[in-house]
Amino acid sequence: MFRATLKSLLARKVRLILSGLAVVLGVMFVSGAFVLTDTLGRSFDSVFADGFSEIDVNVAAKPKVELSEMEGEQTAAPLPAAVVDRVRQVPGVASATGVVNADGARVIGSNGKVVTSFGPPQLGENWTGESDLLKLREGRAPQADDEIVINKGLATAAKVQVGQKVGVLTAFESKKRDFTLVGVFGYSGDRDSIGGVNEVYFTTPVAQRLMLGAPDAFSSITVQAADGVSDEKLRDDVGRTLGADYEVKTGEQVAADASASLKEGLSFFNKILLGFAAVALLVGTFLILNTFSIIVAQRTRELALMRAIGASGRQIIGSVVLEAIAVGLIASVLGLAAGIGVGALLAFLFGKLAGGLTLAGIGVPAAAVIGSFAVGLVITVVAALLPALRASRIPPIAAMQDVATPDRPLTKVTIAGSLVTGIGAVLLFLGLSGNAGGQTLATILGGVLFAFIGVALLTPLISRPVVSLLGVIFSWSVPGKLGRLNSGRNPRRTAITAAALMVGIALVTGVTVILDSAKGSISALAQDTIKAELVISGQQGGPRPPSFDPGVLDQAKALPGVRLVDGEYGDMAKLDGKSTWVAASSDIASLRQIFGAKATAGDIDRLGPTQMLASSDEATARGWSVGSTVKVQPTRGEVRTYTISGIYESSQLTNPVTLPVQAAKDFTIPQPIQGFIQLAPGARVADVQPQVETLLADSPEVSVADRDAFIKQQTGQLDGLLTMIQILLALAIVIAVLGIINTLALSVLERTRELGLLRAIGLRRGQTMGMITVEAVVISVFGALLGVAVGTGLGAAVVEALKDEGITDLILPWGQMGVFLGLAAIIGVVAAVLPAVRAARINVLGAIAHD
Amino acid sequence: MTATVGQQAQAAARANDVWKVYGSGEAQVIALRGVSAEFERGRFTAIMGPSGSGKSTLMHCLAGLDSVTRGTVAIGETTVTGLGDGGLTKLRRDKVGFIFQQFNLLPTLTAKENILLPLSIAGRKPDPAWYDTVIDTVGLRDRLDHRPAQLSGGQQQRVACARALVSRPEVIFADEPTGNLDSRSGAEVLGFLRNSVREHGQTIVMVTHDPTAAAYADRVVFLADGQIVSELIEPTADTVLDTMKKLDTPAEVGS
Repeated sequence: MFRATLKSLLARKVRLILSGLAVVLGVMFVSGAFVLTDTLGRSFDSVFADGFSEIDVNVAAKPKVELSEMEGEQTAAPLPAAVVDRVRQVPGVASATGVVNADGARVIGSNGKVVTSFGPPQLGENWTGESDLLKLREGRAPQADDEIVINKGLATAAKVQVGQKVGVLTAFESKKRDFTLVGVFGYSGDRDSIGGVNEVYFTTPVAQRLMLGAPDAFSSITVQAADGVSDEKLRDDVGRTLGADYEVKTGEQVAADASASLKEGLSFFNKILLGFAAVALLVGTFLILNTFSIIVAQRTRELALMRAIGASGRQIIGSVVLEAIAVGLIASVLGLAAGIGVGALLAFLFGKLAGGLTLAGIGVPAAAVIGSFAVGLVITVVAALLPALRASRIPPIAAMQDVATPDRPLTKVTIAGSLVTGIGAVLLFLGLSGNAGGQTLATILGGVLFAFIGVALLTPLISRPVVSLLGVIFSWSVPGKLGRLNSGRNPRRTAITAAALMVGIALVTGVTVILDSAKGSISALAQDTIKAELVISGQQGGPRPPSFDPGVLDQAKALPGVRLVDGEYGDMAKLDGKSTWVAASSDIASLRQIFGAKATAGDIDRLGPTQMLASSDEATARGWSVGSTVKVQPTRGEVRTYTISGIYESSQLTNPVTLPVQAAKDFTIPQPIQGFIQLAPGARVADVQPQVETLLADSPEVSVADRDAFIKQQTGQLDGLLTMIQILLALAIVIAVLGIINTLALSVLERTRELGLLRAIGLRRGQTMGMITVEAVVISVFGALLGVAVGTGLGAAVVEALKDEGITDLILPWGQMGVFLGLAAIIGVVAAVLPAVRAARINVLGAIAHD
Repeated sequence: MTATVGQQAQAAARANDVWKVYGSGEAQVIALRGVSAEFERGRFTAIMGPSGSGKSTLMHCLAGLDSVTRGTVAIGETTVTGLGDGGLTKLRRDKVGFIFQQFNLLPTLTAKENILLPLSIAGRKPDPAWYDTVIDTVGLRDRLDHRPAQLSGGQQQRVACARALVSRPEVIFADEPTGNLDSRSGAEVLGFLRNSVREHGQTIVMVTHDPTAAAYADRVVFLADGQIVSELIEPTADTVLDTMKKLDTPAEVGS
């Protein structure tokens, strides 16, 4: 039996390659995700280990607002210079150096634009001398207040040279300031940067003033241990001396912590990739199921013969499953190998994009290997089980007769399909209506999965009328008509092939519906709400949003034709112990008018220095009312108590809390990040915009745009997200295309004699290819139609569920749907190429004699 | 050896010193050894011979389904030898009809659609009068909307005959058309094949190993070992059987 199985596998290797390919692609995604995140994780480890290698013990003040990686960058509170002296007194300390090190030193390149880092921070630091790690490559250390040195990577990106004047935006100065570049440094191992971080070194007083906003303050203290004192002991000694307000860690701990928070982000990324792998594998399952079904159908006679000569039903199942295991095993190995390649490539691209992250060697974590084999084998065997079961039910008599396998009735499949679809719908409803009891995401995903399988089971029933209707388009020609009839010939096979395409298209359509609706709802709301003709803002390129000189706000207010100006500040802060996004407004009355805010309680037209406003949602959630007092701990500075003086109605555009402008000086970025300008009646945008642009000459990070451009820019992020999802889901569609090729190839093989006959009675080669192409196009367009329908349904359900979140308009992307259908037709044509060529090449005589 | 009956100009199909060799070296098989034959218009010719005599190969070569190693084949005015795929397709479309042992109908099409298929592929309209005549001849008027799976073997083969007849080809090649039928259905099929020759002037070349079937033909050509060894005009089942018996005894071969 084993030998027989292997022989039949080898005889059918071409047919199995395509279905195996689907598994290869899915497994590739799985192993690629693991390899990528493992490689990047170890690269970050080594970057941080390097960056902190010169530090024995590090002292920092506890951050005032603790944030997770997903909430934003954490800002360390500055510590007073006196602490450095206290540390120096601790026995065992060889040296203690106060270090300034803060994000927000942005160099203006020779082209007048701010150099962005695409991810890593842009640090402003105080020069404390060279070390084993850091060496000047050119020039000298900064000595005067207007001198800086920068790392080689930044100098290259900014295209500046030693001796030149370089403009720098700093955290605490509202305007750019010019410095003389006196030196360029690099790191050991000939590196131009560590992990793509841009660095600017000032003299210590300048760094303290511009990066920390306080004289005689430091971000942290770097401690070197005296000979014979271990890092751990020194850490404990220093910690005891300083007390609980300070975080004292060894250099290794700091490196591990810094790396861990980045890895938190990576693991999220890993989950997303695995999610797409799951989609690819779901589609692959359909493909394998179909291939094995067809192979079993073709082998009916052979299998019946085996039964007739004494093989048991169990042996038959075993032989099919064995075949599946062999395919799964080979596909897993190939998928793993391909995944390692893809993971390495992506890591390389990521490193390039992140400004030259030095990659650790490519590693293959055990999770990648185990995941690949588990997924590849399980999927293949599960998909082959049904066909195996069917094979075991072939009666031995089928060997003697030419039993045309009768069309099995679709009743059972239809009932099962309705049931599974029903379960999916119920799960979706529970998940979306928030009744899933804490398992919302799992319930929704389960619902989507069930819905897909259910619809796939119902597809054979739908396929008959729809396919014959679709085919009518092609029925004007004989090959077209034959192709149409062929596609309706085996509803199950057509259905599964189309269902594979359905999954990919449905997900893309669903996501498009949701994101388009979100985009449409938000821009409609913004159009209605924002009564500002001009908006000042910039594109965020790193962890820190672009900001501008608050003086611009006053100067803009003075321009002729400007009626109202409001500058918005924002940061995370702790309100009564809970982290919340807080905003501050330069002019609360203008803010109210520009955003048309409505008061639900109190007065929202003015705000005293100890008063704050809250949105109605936030007030309800926290149990606040007018007169309540709230303790606010900003990222820097002391806790202040504010009294709520007004509550405004919540909308998508409102901030949970608005503080007076005075509060902004304790924000991480004490400068406005957005500005809204309302023009006086009769003033023209074209007149005012250039004047505001002139005002922004010293704030090159931001620009002024009219309202439509601003809204487009804001919602543009959703477009980027949509494109990314579409690219990832394209893989699922590629696998579905393989499925169509596979089905067609097998059909062509099955119908060899028929094709021979058609050629014998005068069908030209071109016409034969046309016939196969029509069959493919009908199947793929059918799949796309299903996908668009199911996707629209899913998307609409989610949009409906998000009504309370402000997605009020259901926007159906008709254009996109049309594109998908057109794409499906093209996919059909492409998928048909190989099978069609094969069909056209059939030897007429051989085909007719074929039995 | 040449077997010529009737005037050359009227031949519907002609083989001229046709050789067919399969394989090479040790595995070489010579299926046809210089066969020359003419099949005149408006006659029903049977090709007979024991298994392996080359009768099917000869038919395949005549119909342009298989290429010849040497010699030429012509259908009507058209020289088949040397035609490309396009030319062969056109030839099959316009000048040749086929009837197969296994019927070879398209399962997705009804009987009527199967019959009209060659014409639709060629983009031609059937001549209504001729179509009616064919349908009546094969007696399928009440079965036209059935699919092949709903028809008996005899009915399916009659559909296949109608399909071959309806485009009025220069010559119809029938390969063991009764091989899969019981004797009654077989007799019916052979009966109207002969009628279509007698009444409508159709040319038919039929390969068979059944003497009863061959007796329906106007002329029987006997093949043995890749060569034409004998022929009978106006055969009966008995004379055919006698000739076959002689062929089976190699000593008596030789005419």
